[in-house]
Amino acid sequence: MVDLSVNLSGLRLDNPIIPASGTFGYGAEFAELYNLDLLGSFSFKGTTREPRFGNPTPRIAECDAGMLNAVGLQNPGIDAVIAEELPRIRQYFHKPVIANIGGFSVEEFRDSCAKIDAEEQVGLIEVNISCPNLHAGGLNFSATPEGAAAVTRAVRQVTKKPIYMKLSPNVTDIVAVARACEAEGADGIALINTLVGMRIDIRRRRPALANETGGLSGPAIFPVALRMVWQVSQAVGIPVIGIGGVDSAEKVIEMMLAGASAVEIGAANLVDPYICPKIIEKLPGLLTGLGVERIADLIGAAWKNKS
Amino acid sequence: MQRQGIYTIQENAPLTRNVYRMVLAGDTGAIRAPGQFVNIRVEGCYLRRPISVADWDDNTLTLIYKVVGEGTKRLSRMGGPGAVLDLLVGLGNGYDLDCCGRAPVLIGGGVGVPPLYGLAKRLWQRGITPTVLLGFGSADEVFGEQEFRALGCPTMVATADGSYGSKGFVTDLLREAGMRYDYFYTCGPEPMLRAVYDACGCDGQLSFEERMGCGFGACMGCSCKTKYGAKRICKDGPVLKKEEVVW
Repeated sequence: MVDLSVNLSGLRLDNPIIPASGTFGYGAEFAELYNLDLLGSFSFKGTTREPRFGNPTPRIAECDAGMLNAVGLQNPGIDAVIAEELPRIRQYFHKPVIANIGGFSVEEFRDSCAKIDAEEQVGLIEVNISCPNLHAGGLNFSATPEGAAAVTRAVRQVTKKPIYMKLSPNVTDIVAVARACEAEGADGIALINTLVGMRIDIRRRRPALANETGGLSGPAIFPVALRMVWQVSQAVGIPVIGIGGVDSAEKVIEMMLAGASAVEIGAANLVDPYICPKIIEKLPGLLTGLGVERIADLIGAAWKNKS
Repeated sequence: MQRQGIYTIQENAPLTRNVYRMVLAGDTGAIRAPGQFVNIRVEGCYLRRPISVADWDDNTLTLIYKVVGEGTKRLSRMGGPGAVLDLLVGLGNGYDLDCCGRAPVLIGGGVGVPPLYGLAKRLWQRGITPTVLLGFGSADEVFGEQEFRALGCPTMVATADGSYGSKGFVTDLLREAGMRYDYFYTCGPEPMLRAVYDACGCDGQLSFEERMGCGFGACMGCSCKTKYGAKRICKDGPVLKKEEVVW
């Protein structure tokens, strides 16, 4: 038997597969299709302090090996998530869930995380600091080490749950941002969020997205994500969740060899809603073929300095 | 409840210059109502393509789609022995037949016509014969008229340039003398939906279109505002009741 279990700051997952926030809602649509308890966990839809409708449509555009989205963090707000979504999740998912928290000010992050801290169902908080900081001219929190540090510090004060800072790849030095989070007490790093991109409709001569630009996800971003996981995981002493373009068991293994302790599956869920159980089913045979008995042994096994 | 399956292409042939009819064989058990759609994986395209179901029986489903971009162009070239497609089936809410009144009118525009055929057939099975109004740009775009007539539905066609049927829009047909209806069902481009909404004094249902990511309610890519809060066109729609529509 191959051991698929991994550990994220004390949270034991049966396997490293986690549907990524924004591609899985609060799980209900997928619970109609398969038993969600097969998953390691899932990261629920990015939730903010106040309810948000999000951006005008079109919110979705396509490209050769992926998609762009400009949903704009549509969600019912933290209070409704705690009052309605968490009890619903409890009916179809019987493991700790990952709470993805977004925000537009340090205070908002602090308030939402303080509320979610009281929820036993939540095993880990993924703090999405790729949102624009309204007090910094729209620059996102993870654009600078200082911005990332400020959110991490504020959140650390209000929760004892593991906090994983989810970083934007749209930065000059991802390692500096990750180190700033670690220095302020983050338990882990999750990366990458989407890359900013756009498409233009040549007939209308207008951007394809109503928001003009959007976040690129899908297979196109996998090599970028892998490179950033590789750099960050070697530079920090805390676990890294690898995210970005993963759509196969082979890419899960690549991510873990690069240094990821667990792997999130994003856009692939939208194209093939059964992708996560398919990957989980395929992993044992693939690992056996590679002579691996414990998937955790793969974490960072490709690092230069690993003896 | 939606299902994923592999479907065999039985037919895939043009009805007009750029509108195709595709018949697929496979499990149709997930389809519950006319107006629902399927989401098709097209080789070479990253996202699936949502297409409404025109009709279905126990073992086959019929799609009528317009070639508008790369995905539908690729779709139109598929077929031949053993050709199969990966579909998500049974998506969306579909039309509600229980509040159809005694004399419903079905109003379709262009590629919005197909789901109304499945609707007309199921109303007919309930002993209700709807009136059908179809709108197209010009004569060479017209399809479906004979199929509605074969069900016994009084059917009228309008073309914008007057090259077939009456000259004008479907809403002009609505205003014709003797037109009596107490409920409407419609599907077509949004300006037409708006015109129908304004022209019909009675209640009705409108099927909307929006650019989608997943097609099954997960990504929030196709949200719209309604009088009862935000709804996802793919999951809570594509059919909205007149009373909830916010323009």
